[in-house]
Amino acid sequence: MKTILLRGGHVVDPANNIDAISDVLIQNGVIKAVGLNLVATGDIDVRDCSGLIVAPGLIDIHVHLREPGQEYKEDLTTGLGAAAAGGFTAVACMPNTAPVIDSAPIVRDLVTRAKDVHKARLWVIAALSKGMKNTELTEMADLKAAGAVAVSDDAYQVQDPLFLRRAMEYATMVNLPVLLHCENTTLSECGVMNEGLVSTELGLKGLPREAYELDVARAGLLAMLTGAKTHILHVSTRGEAELVRHFKQKGAPLTAETGPHYWCITDEAVHGYNTHAKMNPPLRTRDDCAAMAAAVADGTMDAIATDHAPHADYEKTQEFALAPFGIVGLETSLALGITHLIQTGKVTWTRFIDAMSTQPAKIIGVDGGTLTPGKAADVTVIDPDVSWVVDTASFVSKGRNTPFDGVELTGRAVMTIVGGEVVHG
Amino acid sequence: MSTKPLAGSDLLGLKGLDRETLNHYLTTAAEFEQIIRRDVKKVPTLKGKSVITLFYENSTRTRTSFEAAGKYMSADVINISGSTSSTTKGESLRDTLLTLQALTADCIIMRTPFSGAPEQAAAWVDVPVINAGDGMHEHPTQGLLDAYTIQKVKGPLDGLKVAIVGDVAHSRVARSNIWALSTLGANVHLVGPNTLMPREISQLPVTVHNTLESGLAGADVVMVLRLQLERMSKALFPTAREYHMTFGINEATLRYAKPDAIVMHPGPMNRGLEIGGDLPDGHQSVISQQVTSGVAVRMATLYLLLGADGIEG
Repeated sequence: MKTILLRGGHVVDPANNIDAISDVLIQNGVIKAVGLNLVATGDIDVRDCSGLIVAPGLIDIHVHLREPGQEYKEDLTTGLGAAAAGGFTAVACMPNTAPVIDSAPIVRDLVTRAKDVHKARLWVIAALSKGMKNTELTEMADLKAAGAVAVSDDAYQVQDPLFLRRAMEYATMVNLPVLLHCENTTLSECGVMNEGLVSTELGLKGLPREAYELDVARAGLLAMLTGAKTHILHVSTRGEAELVRHFKQKGAPLTAETGPHYWCITDEAVHGYNTHAKMNPPLRTRDDCAAMAAAVADGTMDAIATDHAPHADYEKTQEFALAPFGIVGLETSLALGITHLIQTGKVTWTRFIDAMSTQPAKIIGVDGGTLTPGKAADVTVIDPDVSWVVDTASFVSKGRNTPFDGVELTGRAVMTIVGGEVVHG
Repeated sequence: MSTKPLAGSDLLGLKGLDRETLNHYLTTAAEFEQIIRRDVKKVPTLKGKSVITLFYENSTRTRTSFEAAGKYMSADVINISGSTSSTTKGESLRDTLLTLQALTADCIIMRTPFSGAPEQAAAWVDVPVINAGDGMHEHPTQGLLDAYTIQKVKGPLDGLKVAIVGDVAHSRVARSNIWALSTLGANVHLVGPNTLMPREISQLPVTVHNTLESGLAGADVVMVLRLQLERMSKALFPTAREYHMTFGINEATLRYAKPDAIVMHPGPMNRGLEIGGDLPDGHQSVISQQVTSGVAVRMATLYLLLGADGIEG
């Protein structure tokens, strides 16, 4: 394995309070040193990083890689490749596959095969309930032993509060974080977009924000009750952010994430019945976008995650109500952050990298998110100024379902290094 | 308007259509009403054109109205309904539409339970698409025929007060009327229970009321929406009895409106529920005229979108 010297980049390493021009030396797959004027001998790959950001490898803890069973949408090779192309050195995949990731052998199979891809690392999130049916707990201790890092029923959110309480108590015992898609599905009924003026005009059934806020409140209360390490997935409304803030102040063991689309586009994007603007939680309003950016800035949203959800073109080419929820995100996430959070001055580089790398690692309790010497060399090098136009035809992901096709963005990962190996750039 | 300004375009909804365009439909419809009131209604206007109605919902009134409109203008009308179409074999809507286009249809008229499907369809095929009602979104020819009927009986819509009563939340008729009538200068008032009003509805060009007394006060037109009884199961209103007591239009409640107010209903009606048993047959009712207007409006729509050379062909 070649020694790599990243020379003269702007190093942003929130875990070590570094925000300065510095060199980074990578040797034998680990961070050897971070400092000025580093020297190394032998066969060295020296990269001039002047004008570039050098950050701990980005981690997306909320992606759908569709294995096992839905390889026509995405597979480990394309999904982990898309991650690497987007600057991610690790991702955590959701268990809503066919079959559901609810048993140790499936977890082991994914962990083993992901290593052969030699792109981003894979962390596996197992189901909270068998088959995500919300009736029986999964064998969490066994799943953890097989390598699962968290449990979640994602969009198949447990509605029964007693079952959820038990699941959270049990997960606490085996020290697995519980990731919750907060939605009271009785209140949200069968909505397909944000409930508001646009849904009223388009005659589409609405997903009222209150259905999500109500369930965040329940999650906060149960986190207090059970002590479970509770993580709120894809927060989309101002009210949810306020509730997360409230419960954190009360000392709940709560973390939260939001996604790029929730701070830069609104439900107006659904006009024309654009199924590439259909996801759950749905796109909200300008006020919610502002609230999401502010919640990233002040840390209420600990992490940024995409909910990367690839679908085949023909699945999205249907009547709006029939098209599946979800958009891809791995190859646009970084640029949507730089364009809408950094360039607008709403979020600092340090907080941004913290939300894209350091906190995600902490939430799922894995190594990463830092350039501390001795740690695995997972590094992302970012050109913060380059302008580019999103072209889905050039995506590594099989999914082309994004509302950002053709949009000009700023900033891009120019190199992704995983365990000292350059996997992109 | 210039010649054939609408030829080749679609009619997907009335939102966004300007006053001039709406009036163009209405004045053209007036010419076609002359034709359908003749002994011999048939004109060769669309001879050699094929028009396909693709209906994924049950409909007698609208489908027959379109079919009559096409046939009176000598078009070949082919009716396809959801149950006989290949969708039951798992074909996507887009593939069905591409097949119909390949069968050399000149126009596709579509009724669907899915809001927005006609707008999507218009992007998938090159021939004009006419929305014959999509989910809870729009029913543009109904909006046009209602505007046409009101104008015919009451004169220009400017300043008229129109009260739309009932299940606004689920009504594509209400939405199309809101856009058309407000653009044409009418004051649109909505009346119904909170449970049947969609969120943020007051941001549309309407005034919202919860009582017939305030909603109908001084109304020139009372438009009654169909109420689907199955809504009761979702706690949207308690009983048919209470609904009729609070929002039913009958001789007593109609007195809140102007003495010469007209009563409209898009059909099919639930007599005794949203509308009093005898009211549809009374002198204030224009419900039958709406049906006739519907044929004229749909002839005008086909004529304008298919770009025929002259009304008489």
